[in-house]
Amino acid sequence: MFDYLKYVREENFPHIWCSGCGDGIVLKALLRAVDKLGIDRDEAVMVSGIGCSSRTPGYVDVNTLHTTHGRALAFATGVKSAKPHLTVIVVTGDGDATAIGGNHFIHAARRNIDLTVLLYNNYIYGMTGGQCSPTTPRGARASTAPFGNLEPPFNISGLAIAAGASFVARGDVYNAKKLETLILKALQKKGFSLVEVVTPCPTAYGRRNRMANPVKMMEHLRDTAVSMEKWESMSGEERAGKFRTGVLCDVERPEYTEEYARLVEEVRTDR
Amino acid sequence: MMERYELRLSGSGGQGLILAGKILAEAVAIYEGRNAVQTQSYGPEARGGASKAEVVISDGDIDYPKAMSLDVLLSLTQESCAKYSGDLKPGGILIVDSEMVTDPPRGEYRLYAAPITEIATTRVGKVVVTNIVALGFLARITEIVSVGAMKKAILARVPKGTEEVNMKAFDEGWNAAEELLRA
Amino acid sequence: MMQGNQACAEGAVAAGCRFFAGYPITPSSEIAEYLSIMLPRIGGRFIQMEDEIAAMGATIGASLTGVKAMTATSGPGFSLKQENIGYASMAEVPCVVVNVMRGGPSTGTPTLPAQMDVQQARWGSHGDRGVIALTAKSAQETFQQTIRAFNLAERYMTPVILLLDEITGHTTEKVVIPERSTLEIVDRAAPDEPPGEYLPYRLTDDCIPRLAPFGTGYRYNVTGLVHNETGFPTNDSRDIACLIERLTKKIEMHEDDIVQWNEVMLDDAEVGIFAYGSVARSANAAVRLCREAGLRAGLLEPTVLWPFPTKAVLEMARRVKVIVVPELNLGQMAREVSLAAQCSVPVRRLGRVDGNPITPQQIVDLVGEVL
Repeated sequence: MFDYLKYVREENFPHIWCSGCGDGIVLKALLRAVDKLGIDRDEAVMVSGIGCSSRTPGYVDVNTLHTTHGRALAFATGVKSAKPHLTVIVVTGDGDATAIGGNHFIHAARRNIDLTVLLYNNYIYGMTGGQCSPTTPRGARASTAPFGNLEPPFNISGLAIAAGASFVARGDVYNAKKLETLILKALQKKGFSLVEVVTPCPTAYGRRNRMANPVKMMEHLRDTAVSMEKWESMSGEERAGKFRTGVLCDVERPEYTEEYARLVEEVRTDR
Repeated sequence: MMERYELRLSGSGGQGLILAGKILAEAVAIYEGRNAVQTQSYGPEARGGASKAEVVISDGDIDYPKAMSLDVLLSLTQESCAKYSGDLKPGGILIVDSEMVTDPPRGEYRLYAAPITEIATTRVGKVVVTNIVALGFLARITEIVSVGAMKKAILARVPKGTEEVNMKAFDEGWNAAEELLRA
Repeated sequence: MMQGNQACAEGAVAAGCRFFAGYPITPSSEIAEYLSIMLPRIGGRFIQMEDEIAAMGATIGASLTGVKAMTATSGPGFSLKQENIGYASMAEVPCVVVNVMRGGPSTGTPTLPAQMDVQQARWGSHGDRGVIALTAKSAQETFQQTIRAFNLAERYMTPVILLLDEITGHTTEKVVIPERSTLEIVDRAAPDEPPGEYLPYRLTDDCIPRLAPFGTGYRYNVTGLVHNETGFPTNDSRDIACLIERLTKKIEMHEDDIVQWNEVMLDDAEVGIFAYGSVARSANAAVRLCREAGLRAGLLEPTVLWPFPTKAVLEMARRVKVIVVPELNLGQMAREVSLAAQCSVPVRRLGRVDGNPITPQQIVDLVGEVL
């Protein structure tokens, strides 16, 4: 049995997440991955923005930085640039990272700065009460889309790949062991690494979309999350309504803080 | 003791007049040990438009850094000459590019005209040194700063490898003024 | 010889700044340009961010690792940075924000001088908090005030705003850079206790927290939510009041250490001029011209705008018959001067907003008119 207590701030429990929320499953997968890699807690910094997912760092016994809405990646870029030896993990959500923080998201990926980003995608603004987000599916209901959402959603992983991220994976909280592996790989990768985690929000999303029962939402995840291998063998018809999980992109590109360190070595005059 | 001597170098954006202003100010302040302040005013255009650099020279402290009543106005374009000549004091010096400023304003000032841009293009062979030709011309006419200080200030500011052409530009400007004064 | 913006970059490096995050904006861009050359040469970091908000965020992030950090901007960028400036106030993260002011509202006049952000510096971010904002009138003063901005930020664990204007930023003049060893440089205080007993926001007599740099063994939480001594969010009424009152008290109780001003011929003055930034140069010239003309004018020249130099203004108000406030806005500080003078003398404002500087003669004319 893995000793989660080694890594959490027990005094801050119980957590604020609703029953049936997937955020705790991501937290546990992250802690197992961190433990496997033997990351020093003093040298780890978790940075988040605003939203349900962004409360994650508060429960983890490392250096934690809970910033403003959408800006986690900007703060994290400052932390990592100033002290590149620190392991910087960013926790964010679909609204935080791709609506208000969309600009920082694409530029952090483009810069290929060595951050590991866990993006909890629950298709909704949970903390503020169920408003439409950039990943709310077309036709789904939200408190600000009472007649069904008119807008097409972002493909977050696709966006990160297009922007230049060196590692992009998608996982889900039903397949928790696999999620742990993906987070582990992301943490090991030098460069901008994203793990998009599909996770249910029964309270704000499920309730409005005929999935108020958390079990039903988990079953839905089980039925719609498809491994890369299986995805390849599926027809277009079979793929409808489903999504791929696994490593979607893993390439070698120059990492920003290493490039800067090289520049400093070249131009230094203070020695 | 000189209380306050004000110069304005004007033309269009891209002619290097702000750099010329800095060089003049540095010649006075660094290489002659007096006080000088240089300010600038520019529009949104990196090239074209009306641009100006001002230099205030004094043997004492300089509080207000902008020109109020000009001792010298240099204008390399008609537009800048028309726009800025109103601040020239009676008896002040107006230096214009004779090819570019075809209609210099009338007034109680001393007019010195020379084909400054033309000198840069033909005699030096590089239009980019128009600003340095202008400085040579202005230095001779005004006698506000020594040749030695000007040359040191120019060499400290211009890109490596262009020292010779800039020195030639300064000399050509100086000589043109010399000829004009003798005529 | 250097322009004010370069003097700012030189001052930052002299103060120990080793991180700068910025975004291009006229008339402040030269600060970023100079630091992009200077910082890597001394092992520091410069980064051009994707926008003004990100530049402010990165500055705070870097500072939390113990590195002295700065950003620079102008009006529109200053507006965009406000939320994260408030974050730095709330989380008590030292950093320096330079605003080379232009005219507004909106894009306004990018290349022309103005002083329209002096109230935004005080009240621009939502919520109650104490604010430190400095100003400078010359390249030399900019060098010194940039160092002071870092010193105050580190001493009081707060963002410090340096309000320059286009004239100060772009005026090239002599700057004497003193020997490093003669400069007073302040570094943030280290925690007094070992990690096991550490409370990042422990209540102290001086109201100033001791935040340990990330990566030094003190693992704690930083948040923009109201928090208690532990750094974790709270909704406890006593904790809320305690923090919000402390954020104002922290600055107020140290006002005598923070606020500074210069006085010019105020002793026998009948007209007191209150002027700051580049306008203080016009005012210095105006005092000289007034005295030559037999007009008894004097000058109060604050180098710190926030906290407002209330005591100095009240003292001046007791001595003079009338106060004149020339500024490149429509009375933002004149109102503050009126409040501080407590209606004891009339306060006449001279606001210029056409993109041109206030000339010494304009001030002299007004002095002549009010006497």
